[in-house]
Amino acid sequence: MTRGIVNIHTAIPAPAAPAVITAADRIEPRYTALDVIVTGLSSDAHTWNLVYLQLLLEELGCRVTNLGACTPDEVIIDACTGQHPDLLVISSLNGHGRQDGIRLIRALRQAPALASTPVVIGGKLDVTGGANGEAAARLLAAGYDAVFDAGSAAAGEAAGGLLSFRSYLSALASRADAVAQVGAG
Amino acid sequence: MNRIAPRPPSFGEVVADVQKRGELVVQPRMGFADPALMRHGLLATRDARASTVGTITLDSYTRLGDHDAVRQALAADAASLNGYPLVDRDPATTGAMLDGVLTPWFPVQVRHGSAEPGRIVRTMVDCGLYATEGGPVSYCLPYSRRPLAVSVDNWRQACEMLAAARAPGREPHLETFGGCMMGQLCPPALLLAISVLEGMFFRQHGVRCISFSYAQQIHAAQDEEAVAALHELIRRYVPDVRSHVVIYTYMGVYPRTPGGARRLLAQSARLAAGSGASRLIVKTAVEAYRLPTVAENVAALEYAAAVAASAVPHRAAIEDTGILAQAVALVENVLALGRDDIGRALVVAFARGQLDVPFCLHPDNAGRTRARLDRDGRLEWARIGSLPIGDLVEPRPAQPLTSEGLLSALRFVERRFDHRPGAPDLVLEAGPDGRDHDHDRDHDRGHSTPQSIFGRSS
Repeated sequence: MTRGIVNIHTAIPAPAAPAVITAADRIEPRYTALDVIVTGLSSDAHTWNLVYLQLLLEELGCRVTNLGACTPDEVIIDACTGQHPDLLVISSLNGHGRQDGIRLIRALRQAPALASTPVVIGGKLDVTGGANGEAAARLLAAGYDAVFDAGSAAAGEAAGGLLSFRSYLSALASRADAVAQVGAG
Repeated sequence: MNRIAPRPPSFGEVVADVQKRGELVVQPRMGFADPALMRHGLLATRDARASTVGTITLDSYTRLGDHDAVRQALAADAASLNGYPLVDRDPATTGAMLDGVLTPWFPVQVRHGSAEPGRIVRTMVDCGLYATEGGPVSYCLPYSRRPLAVSVDNWRQACEMLAAARAPGREPHLETFGGCMMGQLCPPALLLAISVLEGMFFRQHGVRCISFSYAQQIHAAQDEEAVAALHELIRRYVPDVRSHVVIYTYMGVYPRTPGGARRLLAQSARLAAGSGASRLIVKTAVEAYRLPTVAENVAALEYAAAVAASAVPHRAAIEDTGILAQAVALVENVLALGRDDIGRALVVAFARGQLDVPFCLHPDNAGRTRARLDRDGRLEWARIGSLPIGDLVEPRPAQPLTSEGLLSALRFVERRFDHRPGAPDLVLEAGPDGRDHDHDRDHDRGHSTPQSIFGRSS
């Protein structure tokens, strides 16, 4: 018998249906060897989302720096300036993601070295639960490359943006791969 | 009901009186930026068919001391704040909001989550509010990046400020949040140790009315054992203050169905009522989706109170799996580092990894421990790092933790309470392949992947 945190099941008979993430959803690790910084925002104390994202990204082959929760803007900007990540992933759940996220991306884009760094944000981004999609539009307009709003995604994409996030990663990794091949050629 | 308080209500006395009547105090989480809505919420709490105390939860900018952000939000769109901005509201506004709300039988607790509580405590005392909660560890490691030593110093000053507000008939109250670290997946012994150590810290800095928290975890019998151990630890280490135990309804990923949410709330009410706890912080049926409305909070309060009223005391014999012994070892180790300055001893203990919270990303947390669920669904240690409990537990090394495995553990309670309506007890088996077959059921509900970690608060 295997033991461990990964091996907990209820006694409900296991259906024959496939597990959660199908093979088609899986992203080949070799395509996603990205340097990624994961962080929360300054006013957001949620941690489990950040622990999860780190594990997920590492499983996909990424090298992850996890800045943790309640991270001030300057800590995020310093980390990005020093590390030049392939991607900055911001996760916010406390409803302040819209205002905190806009403030951060404006400061971040002002740093010349970070003007084109891919930056994405996801979570519960405002106190309305993203019902009107306004938060996502504003965040994109402010300079994010992608927004994964759990609230507005709820109707169309029950995963709260996770599938879209994986697709985005795949595309980003392919792009990086292509650039690398061009560079090598 | 007497609407004019002849003196400020004393939180600990009210709770003790309710317990003497054989009832459980129930309390919501509740904070609104709008003073009118905040007042409405407090009055609705007071008028609920239950023995209640009120809550003012502050917004997260105030928690961080970012008062520029609070003022900007108040100027632009106050409703965008996720709590009541006590410090930046005009005292007259708060005074009007509270006018006639406080009675000798209805005290209000300020809840905030700040590692820099000084201004909050000063403001609440100025507003006639004398009950709050937190702690140097429990409001630093999960909710701040402040160095633990700074939080300890801030909390020492806050305790002294609160203690200085003591007056005839007015006993300030402080609750330790230490029993709620990370919300889920922390073995109970460490929760109890931090809860008790924070209470000792409060006492050392002048507070004389203290409540000790414990958050409902995932296994009912383990929780019963933990609360019994907490009572014993209080008797042993903090016997000379007015104290009570407060239970938090499950703080992890919450059931999504109304039935599942109610069953989980009921279980926490039975835990509180049956284990000699005095107070319960409830959750609502909509917890998985959004912040609850006032009406949803009142419904949860009344339901929890009704369940508690019909609950029976726990059976006399509670299985001892070693929670008390582990907690004592953790506490004694800290006291050996300096019982005359518990704050400093806490800092040293964390620096050495002798207190070490699983999954906590704070720079001052060593991060060498890890928890897991055993096959009975109890929380246990997978790695103890440098915790001084090596002779008490035999950690069973877990397989490397995967993102799916973490989600499975985080969602364990949610799945159980949503999918198994008739099953009061947990039956588990470890599958041979490590896959979480239960996720498949999500297809039926249109959730084709694990609930988003982007989108799921915990």
